[in-house]
Amino acid sequence: MEQLKTIGRELAMGSQGVWGSSKEFLELVKTIGEAKSKAEEERIVLAEIESLKRRIQEPDVPRKKMKEYIMRLVYVEMLGHDASFGYIHAVKMTHDDNLLLKRSGYLAVTLFLNEDHDLIILIINTIQKDLKSDNYLVCCAALTAVCRLINEETIPAVLPQIVELLNHQKELVRKKAVMALHRFFQRSPSTVSHLFPAFQERLCDRDPSVMSAVLCALYDMILVNVKPFKHLVASLVSILKQAVEHRLPKSYDYHRTPAPFVQIKLLKILALLGTGDKAASENMFNVLGDILKRSDSTSNIGNAILYECVRTLTSIYTNPRLLQNAAEITAKFLKSDNHNLKYMGIDALGRLIKITPECAENHQLAVIDCLEDPDDTLKRKTLDLLYKMTKANNVEVIVERMVEYIRNISDNHYKTEISSRVIELAERYAPSNQWFIQTMNQVFEIAGDLVPQKVAHDLMRLIAEGAGEEDEDADSHLRSSAVQAYLQILKEPKLPSILLQVISWVLGEYGIADGSHSAEFIIGKLCDIVATRPGDDKLKGYVVSAITKICAFEKAAGQTVDLIPECVSFIEELYASHSTDLQQRIYEFHAVLKLDRDTIASILPMDASCEDIEVDKDLSFLNSFVESALANGSRPYLSDNERRGMGAMTTLASNNDAGTSSLLRFQPYEKPSIPEPAAALVTASHYSQDAIDQHDIYSKSSSNDGTRLKLEGVQKKWGRPTYTPEAQVPKNPINISDSVKVSSSAAGKEASSRNSSAPPYTERKQPSQEISAEKKKLAASLFGSKAGETKAKPAAKLQQNGTSKKAPAKPTSPPAPAPAPPPADLLDLSDSLPQIPSVDPVDQLADLISVDSSAATSTTSLVEQVLDAGKVATKGPSPQASLQKDSVSRQVGVTPSGGTNPDLFKDLFG
Amino acid sequence: MIDAVLVMNTQGKPRLAKFYKSLSPVKQQEIVRKVYSGLSSRAEHFCNFVEADEIFGARTKLVYKHFATLYFVFVIDSGESELGILDLIQVFVETLDSIFKNVCELDIVFNFNKVNTVLDEIVMGGQVVETNSTEIVKSVQEIFK
Repeated sequence: MEQLKTIGRELAMGSQGVWGSSKEFLELVKTIGEAKSKAEEERIVLAEIESLKRRIQEPDVPRKKMKEYIMRLVYVEMLGHDASFGYIHAVKMTHDDNLLLKRSGYLAVTLFLNEDHDLIILIINTIQKDLKSDNYLVCCAALTAVCRLINEETIPAVLPQIVELLNHQKELVRKKAVMALHRFFQRSPSTVSHLFPAFQERLCDRDPSVMSAVLCALYDMILVNVKPFKHLVASLVSILKQAVEHRLPKSYDYHRTPAPFVQIKLLKILALLGTGDKAASENMFNVLGDILKRSDSTSNIGNAILYECVRTLTSIYTNPRLLQNAAEITAKFLKSDNHNLKYMGIDALGRLIKITPECAENHQLAVIDCLEDPDDTLKRKTLDLLYKMTKANNVEVIVERMVEYIRNISDNHYKTEISSRVIELAERYAPSNQWFIQTMNQVFEIAGDLVPQKVAHDLMRLIAEGAGEEDEDADSHLRSSAVQAYLQILKEPKLPSILLQVISWVLGEYGIADGSHSAEFIIGKLCDIVATRPGDDKLKGYVVSAITKICAFEKAAGQTVDLIPECVSFIEELYASHSTDLQQRIYEFHAVLKLDRDTIASILPMDASCEDIEVDKDLSFLNSFVESALANGSRPYLSDNERRGMGAMTTLASNNDAGTSSLLRFQPYEKPSIPEPAAALVTASHYSQDAIDQHDIYSKSSSNDGTRLKLEGVQKKWGRPTYTPEAQVPKNPINISDSVKVSSSAAGKEASSRNSSAPPYTERKQPSQEISAEKKKLAASLFGSKAGETKAKPAAKLQQNGTSKKAPAKPTSPPAPAPAPPPADLLDLSDSLPQIPSVDPVDQLADLISVDSSAATSTTSLVEQVLDAGKVATKGPSPQASLQKDSVSRQVGVTPSGGTNPDLFKDLFG
Repeated sequence: MIDAVLVMNTQGKPRLAKFYKSLSPVKQQEIVRKVYSGLSSRAEHFCNFVEADEIFGARTKLVYKHFATLYFVFVIDSGESELGILDLIQVFVETLDSIFKNVCELDIVFNFNKVNTVLDEIVMGGQVVETNSTEIVKSVQEIFK
């Protein structure tokens, strides 16, 4: 278009006024064109809107004038301003008898209104009338409007007329009717599904242009469902043959290429029909071969056909000879200097390698060229291709390229997309862990918070697990190199939060593991991390846990830890944090520091994040304890539901006994109490059901006492107690009593050995007392029935110990928060003491918090507690949930210790 | 299918904006802006396609041609042929040229109505209905007779 090159002087010529519009409009366009700033333009347009608003409402505006106003409104709206005050006038104009005015009205309406606009209803009538018009131009105008304005609900109003128009004598009208019906199909397929035969009939229309309109519709219909159209293969092939052989009217030629647009559409349809269908594909081979031979590869449109043909060949059942030709064409595209053809070549190659992967090798150089091209479209397309080509042997190069690419773009959309591909490839083909970690670090660094959290967890897990084999040396080498790498990365400014989280975790877990860095140094680094992102609570959580772990490791190794001033002030600050999660962590931190060396070592052992935590959900090791407690007169366990119901009751009825009895009445749907359960003890797995079954009995037999009441009150306060958390409750107390205190990172084995071997007996009394306070009842009712049971649970010895002490231990004992523990043994106890109550509220707290997505970490700590609780019980089956979460949950690493925060639990104890 | 046809000048001012999908005016403006910023940075010899996933949704592309002060942009999905659309743009411009005799940007601004009519004869409801320039000119002249 040589002439168009002259357009540059556009506005200079503007004053000639030869375009038949008014001077004013011309002025408007000119001043807008010359506006120096966006603000100035804005001002001009707003003034124009004001004047139009005024004038358009004047009575008796001449129709010609009105048309111009409306066109000006269209122009104003195109510039992004609201012209809705004039919509109604555009609608009115569609009623006009003058074709040009009517068309202008339709045009304005189609530009102004969406199909769901309220004003549409005023146009339907006009459209209906116009569709019946004798003037085919009016029909066409209405059909064009129909495409834009008719929605699902209004389709029935015009459908009959349009179907009629399929047989209109003018091919232009038939063609547009087909298009309108196609549009209806897109809007709501069911409204026109009965018209499929009519469509197919139009395929044989005497005018090829109608046929080609039908092809558009067919393509979309076949895209939805191939089946009903399979029989068309032969006819479509024959149409294609006619087109290729130049038998369509000359007017369909384009630059001497016969009916190229028809050919392209047909090729697309055949690709759909021939996919996975050998018979259909064989019908096509002939004509496809013909196209490859005849098409002119020197013109753009000829290449368009060739590319489409390649695409079809790679979709349908393979024909080796034709594929060979397709590969040659692809090669030609790739070698071309024209970027468009290169682009198509890369695309075609991507399709070819799905069938013949080896063909990529011939084009390596061309592909590399495209990859290095400054043209972003081409580069991205090539990365697409590389992604498809990635194998274990080339993953390093390809990922390197991708990383380089995302490093240089600023577009978040593609950054996200490509980094997710990098991650996918790295996960699938990583040659070594070392490489994987490096790659991930790069991705985090570049794409930062666009990377999903899960990837960070996977990375931490990988670092923790290492190769997963026996090779400890390699693993620790991997870790220290990771630590090294992260210390290096920390020097960079502005790191994304997610990467800092990973770094914090790794430093906490392995920072001092290889002895090359001092605890002070690592803690200092951790404090620096926080300083870079003061408002990031989640990150702080990671850092606190990391510091906790490092201090614990140091103490466990017999060193003293002197916190550096930054760290101290950081910690001080957290005591007053608004985040309960952070507060919790910091209290845990302090509690841990107060423990003695051995305890710490078992709470937070070095490098234990990958140990499986075995959780005995059924708490079978408690059986004996419970039995003895019951034997000593404790009340049996009540399930949550039960207790909740009772809570409700007790508030109503001051008399507890009354409460219980009515409680029964309130739960008629519960299984009737089965008396045998009392006998039934049983395997651990029965617990839960038993609990439900039994608590009825027990509630009857045992009277409520003050403790229970309070307990209920607390429960309410802390939020809905669900069955599961409750179930854990009993674990905790015992857990503590038995195993002293188990940290998340404590290896399951350790814990178990402790349990079974029943460690320091002195301790035992006290814990048991505490337990009894609030949870004894639960535990008792859970296990009580089983006391008599045949299956003595593993912890037979414990039983005796526990029973004697526990039974009497009443709520009195617990509230005393004993933060100052003189003897070592007692110390454990004292810590565990407050701990017991703490579990409950914390669990619930975590429940509350975890609703908030941002509080993922707090959830973790919940999980951890659960794990802690469960860890004691090594013998039972280990629930998968806890295993899955192991490495993640371990970050927190400390059991909650309420000792320092007695207020928190006051409610519990009353 | 064709999702939109845009004509804008090299300063990013829209001269014609036709959307075949329902979009709010705000969204339309945003698209015009994004398309322009996507195109304005591209060198002349670069290929005439730009992936538009972010602007228009998955698997959409811009196919554009640059004439003097104007960009002609078609937004298409995978049901259209990129190279074919390039020729369709050519048809569109040739048609405008024969209707306006040496078409220039101002012709397009002032004859908004006519330009739209031409486009309606080529693309209807997002599908290509006519590709022969002579035929298009004939129908348009019929209408404006």
